[in-house]
Amino acid sequence: MIGDTFGWLTDAAHWRSTNFDTGIWDQLLAHIGFCAIALVVAVAIGLPLGLWIGHSGKATWLVTVVNAVRALPTVGVLVLLVVVIAPNFYGRTNAGYLIPTEIVLVLLAVPPILSNAYAGVQNVPPAVRDAAFGMGMTGRQVLARVELPNALPLIFSGFRSATLQVIATATIASYVTLGGLGRFIYDGLAQQDYPQMISGGLLVAALALTTDLLLALVQRYTVSRGLTGRLPRAGRVRTEGADSRSAVLTEELASEGAR
Amino acid sequence: MSTAAAYAVPDLAAHVVQAASSSPWAFFSYFLDNRARTLDWLWAHTWLSVVPVLVGLVLALPLGWLARRYSFVYPPMMSITGVLYTVPSIALFVLIPPLLGLDPLSPLQVPIALSLYSTALLVRVVADGLAAVPQETIQAATAIGFRPVNRFFKVELPIAVPVITAGLRVAIVANVSIVAVAGTIGMTNLGLLFDEGFKLSVDTPYYPPIVLGIVLCVLLALLLDAFVVALDRALTPWRRAVGR
Repeated sequence: MIGDTFGWLTDAAHWRSTNFDTGIWDQLLAHIGFCAIALVVAVAIGLPLGLWIGHSGKATWLVTVVNAVRALPTVGVLVLLVVVIAPNFYGRTNAGYLIPTEIVLVLLAVPPILSNAYAGVQNVPPAVRDAAFGMGMTGRQVLARVELPNALPLIFSGFRSATLQVIATATIASYVTLGGLGRFIYDGLAQQDYPQMISGGLLVAALALTTDLLLALVQRYTVSRGLTGRLPRAGRVRTEGADSRSAVLTEELASEGAR
Repeated sequence: MSTAAAYAVPDLAAHVVQAASSSPWAFFSYFLDNRARTLDWLWAHTWLSVVPVLVGLVLALPLGWLARRYSFVYPPMMSITGVLYTVPSIALFVLIPPLLGLDPLSPLQVPIALSLYSTALLVRVVADGLAAVPQETIQAATAIGFRPVNRFFKVELPIAVPVITAGLRVAIVANVSIVAVAGTIGMTNLGLLFDEGFKLSVDTPYYPPIVLGIVLCVLLALLLDAFVVALDRALTPWRRAVGR
């Protein structure tokens, strides 16, 4: 089985698109496309809202509501939306399937982004915030120059888990007839072509792992060195106690929802 | 465990006739007509959500203890579990049979994949939960005369319970949603209701199985979550005694 899978993956014909079949490259691009749209929308919604709720302390109920959305079964909501929306589109468009998929992916990505942005701002030590106000910063400046950089590690962990969930769930888009890497899994299953199905699984896993690695690199070079502890030995300050770590862990845990 | 094929969809034509109807009565009559089958799937869904978390916890306790006890074990263990948790669920479902030499559609792959996820999540939770136990508490326990094994089970583990149950809540709610994904590749659980609804909605929307599936999944997730919260309360009486 492993040899067959290797054979399927290394067959150049499976990588190119033909008149009858879409190849791996094009499905990979389609998969990344679905994910990118959903993530851009989710960040545009979740990040400012989460930062504002954390900064102002208003509307904290929204965080609870958004977190409750995680209990929804993703597949079920996708199928429901497809059944409701798809019949409204006719002809050669896939909008009837694309719109439900993007709605589901955004629904999935907003909770970790929003609640981690909120938790990140909440976890900024009060002394730091007071010092910034004491220096004469306005509320807006404190948010942008103090709270946001301090919240960045948690915001990143939320964004990373949102990205992974979206990559995983975009696979199900193929179940409702769209393209993407899930195509190989569902087609392979239907045709009992198991090497194809397993290759699809491998490709999705590889995409998720690569993306996470890239995001980890971006995080490493954008988060302030004062927070990560990557300072020259002389300037190193011990900041993290065990208690604050477990508080942060609880927030991080909440962001690791369904895969 | 009975498979999907064992059930003929009862009286399919009757459903298609009333397909356009989304009245409460249509949902109710759908459930009545398919009661036995739906309850079977609900049961399969429940044990598929719960058992892997239990397996994960049993595996994670010693691993988390190791990571806490020997600090050089912590970084590699967190990398391995992190990578495991990064692999999308559907990929894991598909990849497990060839890796373990199982049949490609073995019903075992779902509990195995979910157990791996739960273990990956809970190892970190257990290790960090144990790390959050105050040093003074451990010293006090040692001074009273607790031996290491006894101290672990009677002092350190109970104090780590709130962090561990926080992880259990995440794992169990996530599982309910992931199990439904396994339904799309033909595994027996509530996900089959979505599959059926999708297939019956080719011409006109037919909501009952889809809505029923969503409602049952959400109820199951809330119920299991509430159970873990109750467990947490029962295991940590001192938190209420202090009145925090």
